[in-house]
Amino acid sequence: MLGEKKHIDHFLVPLHEILPKEEAEKVMVFYKSPLTAFPKINDSDPIVKQIGAQVGDMIKITRKDATCENVYYRVVYEK
Amino acid sequence: MTKPKKDTLVQTGEAVGIIAAQSIGEPGTQMTMRTFHYAGVAEQVPTGLPRLIEIVDARKTAKKPLMDIYLKHEYANNEEKARAFAESIEGLTLASVAYLEEDFATKKITITIDEEVAKEEGLQISEIVKIIKKLIANATQEKNVVTLKPRTSNLRSLRRLSNKLKALHVKGVPNISRAMILRGPKGFFVRTGGSNLAEVLKREEIDGPALYTNDIKEVEKTLGIEAARNAIVHEINQVLSLQGLDVDVRHLMLLADAMCASGSIKSIGRHGLSGEKAGILARAAFEETLKHLINASVRGEEDKLIGVTENIIIGQTIPVGTGLVRLVMKRTADKKKEAKEEKEE
Repeated sequence: MLGEKKHIDHFLVPLHEILPKEEAEKVMVFYKSPLTAFPKINDSDPIVKQIGAQVGDMIKITRKDATCENVYYRVVYEK
Repeated sequence: MTKPKKDTLVQTGEAVGIIAAQSIGEPGTQMTMRTFHYAGVAEQVPTGLPRLIEIVDARKTAKKPLMDIYLKHEYANNEEKARAFAESIEGLTLASVAYLEEDFATKKITITIDEEVAKEEGLQISEIVKIIKKLIANATQEKNVVTLKPRTSNLRSLRRLSNKLKALHVKGVPNISRAMILRGPKGFFVRTGGSNLAEVLKREEIDGPALYTNDIKEVEKTLGIEAARNAIVHEINQVLSLQGLDVDVRHLMLLADAMCASGSIKSIGRHGLSGEKAGILARAAFEETLKHLINASVRGEEDKLIGVTENIIIGQTIPVGTGLVRLVMKRTADKKKEAKEEKEE
């Protein structure tokens, strides 16, 4: 379920969520970019392991920045 | 709420990277070389320009790592409990409770445990011996003296083993050299010299979500790349605000995003971001011009002239601002127009 924190609670760690495939498609269409153009995250990343994301998954990150809440996307890569 | 946010977004094609670089660089020139230090910890933590360079270079080991451990309510308001916790995490190596001697003739190491120091630290000699035996099984104990022999008997391995033994961790949390309690607005908290996030996070006494360390590499390892990105923003912001410099966080966020985009922290500079640019000319224009040009010509590489630097070199419009716009024509509309014109004729 989106909006649920499944990983470690720490002030530096923003909310990470695995995006379902359809949602990921929408994001790719919105940014007019292929999956390879997105910022990466290693599959060895501790948070990726905690939420159980697989290589090729898109992860939605809801950041609470000093300016405002921002959404960022990363794609899981093999290290 | 969405409209005012959209209005503040930067225009497409704006050269945000250069603006960020100048916005951080210009106040950087005014930074005093004098380094302030944090009150409380005896060790000096680098601040100012040296610290900024350390962050941006993504050094593997920070010069002086430190942690602020905030405690749960019952510990934060009780000095005794807080002190007991601080003592329990303070790491101790074998070298500080024992005296090591290498005998080069018999190729043996004798460890003389100082009983008084061990007692002061609340350690039993048997405990220490147990830890030593875990490393080297054939250690023999005689009261407070332990003798052991390395498996391979050359002088090099003897010295190596003795160094390993000296750094052997006998008590508390590894890598934490000192811990002291300080009073903050929310009661007592512990400030440590040295940092070990993973181990301290396991402890029950602490307020986990608020645990702070200034070691960015360690944040990356235990809390992930996104946390490391936040830590970079936080650390640079702290360095700048400590000097009374006012830089917009958005510049720092961009910098941190650029450093973390590949999934691990990349430094800025020759061995990091600038050294991995796609364009040959862009790399050659930065540093080590000949090396890049020679390597590229040997391998027969190609430069697609996509970046800004490449286009400045050859004197074309740079892809920034209005220069980013390319002309696209729809062929079908084109043909219709032609047909129409033919008809009119």
